[in-house]
Amino acid sequence: MKSLILSTATRVLVPVILTFSFLVFLRGHNAPGGGFIGGLLAATAFALVEKADGLAAARRALRFRPESIAATGLGAALASGLWGGLGAGHFLKGMWPLYDRVGSHLPLGSIPLFDLGVYLVVLGAVTGILFAFEATVSAPQGEDD
Amino acid sequence: MVGLRAAMPDGSVSAFGRALPALAAATGFAWFAGFVPQVAGGAPVELVLPWVPALGVELAFRLDGLSLAFALLITGIGALVLLYAASYFRADRRLGSLLLTLLAFAIAMLGLVTADDAITLFVFWEGTTITSWLLVGFDHERAAARGAALQALLVTAAGGLALLAGLILLGGVVGSWRLSTMTALGGVVQGSPLYPAILVLIVGAAFAKSAQWPFHFWLPNAMAAPTPVSAYLHSATMVKAGVYLLARLSPALGGTGLWSGLLVPAGAVTMLLASVWAMRQTDLKLMLAWTTLMALGLLTFLLGIGTPAAITAAMGFLVVHAFYKAGLFLAVGMIEKGAGSRDYPAVGGLARAMPVTTGAVALAALSMAGLPPFLGFIGKELVYEATTIGATVALTAAALAANALMVACAAMVALRPFVGARRSPKDTPADPDAGLGAGPVVLGVLGLGFGLAPWLAEAWLVGPMTAAVAGAPPAGHLALWHGVGPALWLSLATWGLGALLYLGLDGIRDGLATVEPRLPRTEGWYDRGLAGLLALAALVTGAVQNGRMTRYLRGTFLAFGLLVWGALLVGTGGWPATASAIFPIDVAIVAMILASIAVVLRTRSRLTAIAALGGVGSGIAFVFILYGAIDVAMTQLFVEILVVVFLALAMVRLPAAGDLPFSPLNALIAGGLGLGVALALLAVLATPLDLRLTEFFEATSYTQAHGRNVVNVILVDFRGFDTLGEISVIVIAAVAAVAVLRAKVRRPR
Repeated sequence: MKSLILSTATRVLVPVILTFSFLVFLRGHNAPGGGFIGGLLAATAFALVEKADGLAAARRALRFRPESIAATGLGAALASGLWGGLGAGHFLKGMWPLYDRVGSHLPLGSIPLFDLGVYLVVLGAVTGILFAFEATVSAPQGEDD
Repeated sequence: MVGLRAAMPDGSVSAFGRALPALAAATGFAWFAGFVPQVAGGAPVELVLPWVPALGVELAFRLDGLSLAFALLITGIGALVLLYAASYFRADRRLGSLLLTLLAFAIAMLGLVTADDAITLFVFWEGTTITSWLLVGFDHERAAARGAALQALLVTAAGGLALLAGLILLGGVVGSWRLSTMTALGGVVQGSPLYPAILVLIVGAAFAKSAQWPFHFWLPNAMAAPTPVSAYLHSATMVKAGVYLLARLSPALGGTGLWSGLLVPAGAVTMLLASVWAMRQTDLKLMLAWTTLMALGLLTFLLGIGTPAAITAAMGFLVVHAFYKAGLFLAVGMIEKGAGSRDYPAVGGLARAMPVTTGAVALAALSMAGLPPFLGFIGKELVYEATTIGATVALTAAALAANALMVACAAMVALRPFVGARRSPKDTPADPDAGLGAGPVVLGVLGLGFGLAPWLAEAWLVGPMTAAVAGAPPAGHLALWHGVGPALWLSLATWGLGALLYLGLDGIRDGLATVEPRLPRTEGWYDRGLAGLLALAALVTGAVQNGRMTRYLRGTFLAFGLLVWGALLVGTGGWPATASAIFPIDVAIVAMILASIAVVLRTRSRLTAIAALGGVGSGIAFVFILYGAIDVAMTQLFVEILVVVFLALAMVRLPAAGDLPFSPLNALIAGGLGLGVALALLAVLATPLDLRLTEFFEATSYTQAHGRNVVNVILVDFRGFDTLGEISVIVIAAVAAVAVLRAKVRRPR
């Protein structure tokens, strides 16, 4: 049940949603948003691809295996924790190496890395379950139809 | 550990990799040996690292005479055993994992004997339990090995739980987790009404670990482990952990009637029972396991007597036993490698073909039989001195009987495989390579050397050990010649009786073999307990997990509803006062939610129901938007979208819904829970808001965490540890869900 309208709309919508999701993630620092919401939003984008163009297309669009994305996210969060642990003696202590240097106030450090980890975990976990679910549901269905 | 194994894809280990663990253990031995002068001089070494300061728990280590002697045995015998294992399993692809697990065990054991903090001790204690489970079950493709490993795990881990309970009670009574404080406050402990409970729990744990009757059966069964493992865990180190615990805590717990009333009978029964059954065995390794039980029983027995002489004897015998028993275990492995069997009817007359093995066994067995000038002779003299001074005739007789049986067993292992007509499963029996021979020979020579120079054993090992346990230097000196006295006469009687027993060995063995099937199995209670536990688990699982989603949901919501109503009815919170002003937009949202619920309840199509549920969620999201919780609203909306996607997928596979019967019970639960939650929320609103946390976060969010979005700063910074836990759970759940779903696809239809 492929829909031309949905498929065409998806092509336009997905880049917009993904860009928006990344912006939501970035602005989470100072305004509503953040890794969790951003990750959910990105997952809806791939859910849309999956609905419109099928599982194989969605897997291609995601490029990496969902499990790998989730594991990378967890790794990023752990790395953020170790960064603080090794750098400041406290696991997960916020590290802002660029913040006070030449007054740049650039908010880059271990906490945004942690938030990126959350983003990737949510994206990977949701798409992983969704894709596996879709595979289960559609695999036997081919025989039924 | 997994990473290291993965680095060796074919499972083989290079020569350097094979030698590395033994080298590490030898380095540890040298390091610990450097402390001998200081510790023997009476100055313990301490190392304290903070661990859980809020609970007063520290990673505290303390090296006194007892700990140091154990550490030297663990690292020294460990180096020999690791070298031996590397040769024994040279061609085996599992060698890498064996060496790693043995090393992990050695570290856990070192932590156990050097810990000065009760919780640290417990953690390492459980570490030895788990690594020994892996090691006993090393041949995991054999059901017998798996069963024996599980038995050892369950018995010793149950003991571990008792230990934790006992140590917590003890820590509460003393007011410190330091073992050194506990042992200094023996009077406080023994005056406490909790003393009997503490004693029974800790002694029970030690009995389970050191295989005292009635927990003894797991040790002979654990001989399913490979020979190097048995030599290390089941003779020299792990089974002595229970004895170590008793010795360590004897200043705090010992010296009472209850103490000796528990330890002396259990130790005596264990040593007599074990030495009799040792005569029954033809498998030399199994025979050694039973004689190890005898040794452990003797140690418990001596600690139970608790006089200075008995403690000196226990410490002396502990060292003696570690030397000869580990050597014998390893040597029996050499017999098996070189001749093809370790069953003595199958092998014999090997002396000429396997001279190194013969020599190693002879050295160890002479020490085991307690003949001069070996260290074993001194050990036995100490035991007799302990039982004749300040103990009863019955105890002396028990020690005499057990020692005589031990002499017979020593003769069995030293003579049966080596004298008589030559027979072996292998056509050309020969000594195995030097890697196997080194350990038994070194240990045998040490047994002889320390026997010839007993003052060294006393100054380095036995003296400091006794001082640590008894708080006083050894009663008398270690010497080969103690003059003519009761101990000498008892030694002579032991040899005579032992020789007689050896001459009658075949008769005794066959007699025991005939009565064995008619005796009640001592591990019967374990088997029945395990069967009962499994039956109970099946019963509970069947009742709780019946596989119907509606039932799970009903149970969950019923429990939740009861909690909410319970909090409302008996809790301290007030009932809701008047509601605040109601705006038309609120009415509209509520109407939308109610309409959606009505559709969910009335529709016959699942798809409509899902869409309508989405309406409920969107209504709630509107509420969040209206009241300023943009984050929550966004999350709520995206979750709603994804839930609809997921449910739509699931619904495809379900049969048509049709008319669902109205269930009054479900309606009652749903209505009750909904009303309860609504009332609870109103009640929460009626109470004054505590703004301290809010103010803290508002004040510090930007200054300390450089972020203005307080919600996100809390999530990723202030409470980052919680979030880390949550995303770990998400990943685990996702991996599990994907695995389950994939398994479903692959299953043949």
